[in-house]
Amino acid sequence: MHPTSTSLRSRAVAVTGALALFVVATLLFAGMTGSIHIPLPDIAGALHELFAPIDGATPSLAATLLELRGTRALTAFVTGAALSLSGVMMQALLRNPLADPYVLGISAGSAVGALFAMMLMCATWMVDAAAFAGAVTIAMLLYFLARRDMRSGAAAEGGTALLLLTGVILSAACTALITLMLSIAPESRLRNMVFWLIGDLSGAPFRLMPWIVLAVCVIFALRSARAINVMALHAESAVTLGINVGLLRKGLFFASALLTASAVTNGGSVGFVGLIVPHACRFAFGADHRVLIPAATLLGGGYLVLADTLARTAIAPQQLPVGVVTALIGTPVFLYQLHRLRK
Amino acid sequence: MISTQDLTLRIGSGSGARTLVQSLNWQVRDGECWSVIGRNGAGKSTLLRTLAGLIPPDDGHVAIQGKPLGDWPLAALARERAFLAQSRSDAFAYSVLETVLSARHPYHDNRYWEGSDDHQLAMNALAAMEVDNLAARNVRTLSGGERQRVAIAAMLAQDTPLLLLDEPANALDLAHQVSVMRLLAKLCREQGKTVVMVGHDLTLAHSVSTHALLLMGDGTWRAGPVADVMQTDILGRCLDHEIEMIRHGARHIFIPKETNT
Repeated sequence: MHPTSTSLRSRAVAVTGALALFVVATLLFAGMTGSIHIPLPDIAGALHELFAPIDGATPSLAATLLELRGTRALTAFVTGAALSLSGVMMQALLRNPLADPYVLGISAGSAVGALFAMMLMCATWMVDAAAFAGAVTIAMLLYFLARRDMRSGAAAEGGTALLLLTGVILSAACTALITLMLSIAPESRLRNMVFWLIGDLSGAPFRLMPWIVLAVCVIFALRSARAINVMALHAESAVTLGINVGLLRKGLFFASALLTASAVTNGGSVGFVGLIVPHACRFAFGADHRVLIPAATLLGGGYLVLADTLARTAIAPQQLPVGVVTALIGTPVFLYQLHRLRK
Repeated sequence: MISTQDLTLRIGSGSGARTLVQSLNWQVRDGECWSVIGRNGAGKSTLLRTLAGLIPPDDGHVAIQGKPLGDWPLAALARERAFLAQSRSDAFAYSVLETVLSARHPYHDNRYWEGSDDHQLAMNALAAMEVDNLAARNVRTLSGGERQRVAIAAMLAQDTPLLLLDEPANALDLAHQVSVMRLLAKLCREQGKTVVMVGHDLTLAHSVSTHALLLMGDGTWRAGPVADVMQTDILGRCLDHEIEMIRHGARHIFIPKETNT
């Protein structure tokens, strides 16, 4: 029996609800886990203390720890969600299931900016600003070099090969610059630079900007979910189904570039989230973007929260860069999926 | 339904440019079923894509219901004409039903989910193409012929008065070639739909079409009722190979002449 529209809708609600619960669970887990374990009953009290502080009273240990861990877990969530959503958009834009947020070199551009600022021993906010500026520069360059693929109007046809190739080439150029900087950077800066490249959430303060970017992009993605489906399905004839392909491609390009820039600025180039989470969701819930977009956003966030908790506890008191954890879990999972799909 | 005025199509640029169609003035009325005939590279697909509004004409213009293509909003146009592309690539593992349902997109811009009437229409379209048993299958696992029938079903679900088909019989087995063609002819006859299709099977084209447009390959063209333009001498010049016609009962069967070389 084919799924009817009501069952599709209720399935989407069920999937989104279950994943939202999963996210809450990961956040609680992240709050509880660490060098000092906070039992679940104490979390409620600590949360109350955090949000309704009593004047003059010194905060309890649980509350202080929870604030630290909570901030970091929330940062992990927003970074993972942004990367995962950006991956979904990039795959739809390039109509290539192997695309990820980094394939067009936007993250490499931001790495060039960030490492350059770090090499000059700039303050943290300048590193962030340089990372963002690097990402925006590459995005703009890409847009102007490959805008033929994103022309508006009915005349927009053909694939996105030009965009993909331009991105890959720009990415290669940025990688060369990164290698150059790593080889001439002073010894004292090297460790931080490498950590940034792998992706690291320790010391990332709580910022509002990534949440705003994520919210705006999720709204855009959900509003165009139907159109994304049509474009992913009927590449040649999406225009004949009333889709403004050029406009949609532009929207997807800028939204995913913005998400990548914001995520990378926040946590460095954390790998694999943007590739494997969309795939895992597609595998489990189908390719319909109306389900895929909320599912991948939530799962991506939850996955990075878990990975980051693992990164800071696995060999405590030492911390692993979270990018290592996501890649070490991600590679075998992705290979397994890939080979099952290709069979 | 659809008309062209002084439509000129070229391919290539500079000195290598070739004129495919020179000032085509052509009228297709409601309920007519047209076959576009021509040799490889004569511009059949280019013409069809221009009619669909996928590529702008080099000169002249195309009008649907008397309104130039460029003046139509994309969504409104998508409720007027459907287009079957010659080939498809499926990058993602959508189900057959999702493929057909997405063709209902032009009817609900602001709704997030399809309604049950859309599901009914989609299932009817799948049943009409005898692929309703494949509804839950992943499109990437279908055979070429099955995929083609699903694509035609999607087109039927789009439910437009004008259907533009680029080689609809491609990859279909003999039985389905005949049934698809019959269905198209029936849609024209009974529901007043208009069909313009590209095809290479002259016999099939002759049996279902009311009219034919012959692209001669040098920019000239012949258009008219099947009985007038599907003459062996014209077809021979059009296809650059002598054609013989055999009458079999009420049917006309076209075969290429054997040349002794």
